Amino acid sequence: MAEEVKLFKTWSSRFSLRVVWAFKIKGIDYESIDEDLSNKSDLLLHYNPVYKKVPVLVHNGNPISESTVILEYIDDTWKQNPLLPEDPVERARQRFWAKFNEENLLPTIWAIFTTEGKDLEEAMAAWVENLKFVEEELKGKKLFGGEKLGVADLVFGWLANLIGIFEEVSGLKIVDERYPLLLTWMQVFSELPVIKETWPPHDKMITKYQALYEKYHPAK
Amino acid sequence: MADSNVKVLGTWASPFVMRVRIALHLKSVGYEYVEENLLEAKSELLLKSNPVHKKVPVLIHGDKPVCESLIIVQYIDEVWTSAPSILPSDPYDRAESRFWAAYVNDKFFPALRRVLISTEEARKVAMAEILEGVVLLEEAFKKLSKGKAFFGGDNLGYVDLAVGSLLAWIKVIEKFTETEALSEAKTPSLAAWADCFSSHAAVKDVFPDVDKLVDFGMKLRAKFSKAATAAAATTTN
Repeated sequence: MAEEVKLFKTWSSRFSLRVVWAFKIKGIDYESIDEDLSNKSDLLLHYNPVYKKVPVLVHNGNPISESTVILEYIDDTWKQNPLLPEDPVERARQRFWAKFNEENLLPTIWAIFTTEGKDLEEAMAAWVENLKFVEEELKGKKLFGGEKLGVADLVFGWLANLIGIFEEVSGLKIVDERYPLLLTWMQVFSELPVIKETWPPHDKMITKYQALYEKYHPAK
Repeated sequence: MADSNVKVLGTWASPFVMRVRIALHLKSVGYEYVEENLLEAKSELLLKSNPVHKKVPVLIHGDKPVCESLIIVQYIDEVWTSAPSILPSDPYDRAESRFWAAYVNDKFFPALRRVLISTEEARKVAMAEILEGVVLLEEAFKKLSKGKAFFGGDNLGYVDLAVGSLLAWIKVIEKFTETEALSEAKTPSLAAWADCFSSHAAVKDVFPDVDKLVDFGMKLRAKFSKAATAAAATTTN
């Protein structure tokens, strides 16, 4: 039976990449539709009228938006290589840390990237507080998912690629030697076969984020 | 009778705490409720159980704490598997439920909060977002309820808890702004649903008194306005 599995994404979206990883982990074939966010397709706007964003998964005509909602949908629908374990305590733990990434890490990294002076100092202070908790959480674990890759790893995955890019572009040290467990995780995650060749092209990312950085830090 | 194996740390005014309590009531799970005093220092137990956010609600099951209201609701649904199910069983229905609950948390609730604590201009913008939001939720209700009384169909479901827990606060901001957000004219399905929700057996004992909540809301507003003014004063140089 022909199954429609379509993923609306962009070449650089860290949120879309989570869905790509989930498909790779489960061995699911899908059709990729790359969007130009400055000129969104009618289909994208039709499938995600509330947010008008990527990623959007369309499965047999049914659209699903919001990357963490999509990840749970994928896990509910395709049972092989589960992204969440059976144990409710463990499921709650990974969901908690996924939420922490979305609501704490991501806004803070954006503040670090886009601000200067006192605002940057405050953002860095918040970031340090956040990383302390993340480092603590990794104690005794190989991955955020424990022994196996889990939803939490996919949600944190952006760190393994974007921190290096942000550091190169901004000249700031964002994850330093105070966080050995996190640094190790970033390396281990990047080396995993399902992750290894999925990063967007490095040069293209540097160009993109260099331009963005200059927009927020105009030369005086 | 309280089951000493399950504790909920909460406050009477918190919609997030309400979600957790309704979920436990739906599953007929007894629990000990511990009211944190919002005006005093946070308890040792709270700080120990939720060291990252130091917030309520926290569910403590045995010795394991679970934090974040919607995560707790899912936990409750997964541990106590007797009917009724809070999340639907079909994966696509589940995804829709998760999407709308996330919308409430990520967009609707922050707008509610901004209406309460902002100065006039920002408040108008936030109220406009609320009025757009209820239209979206009216459409979502029609789709998810499939003609039944609740977002969850015949029974209270995930989205009912996500949205319904905010009803008392919606009433507070309606009074504050002298604007109707939910009405029979503009949001007939939601208006009818709101009555069904607030009178449901699992809800009515934890639905806060709106007048009491208005008083509390005004105190919160004063507290955050002062903080905002103080912050502005220290950053103008």
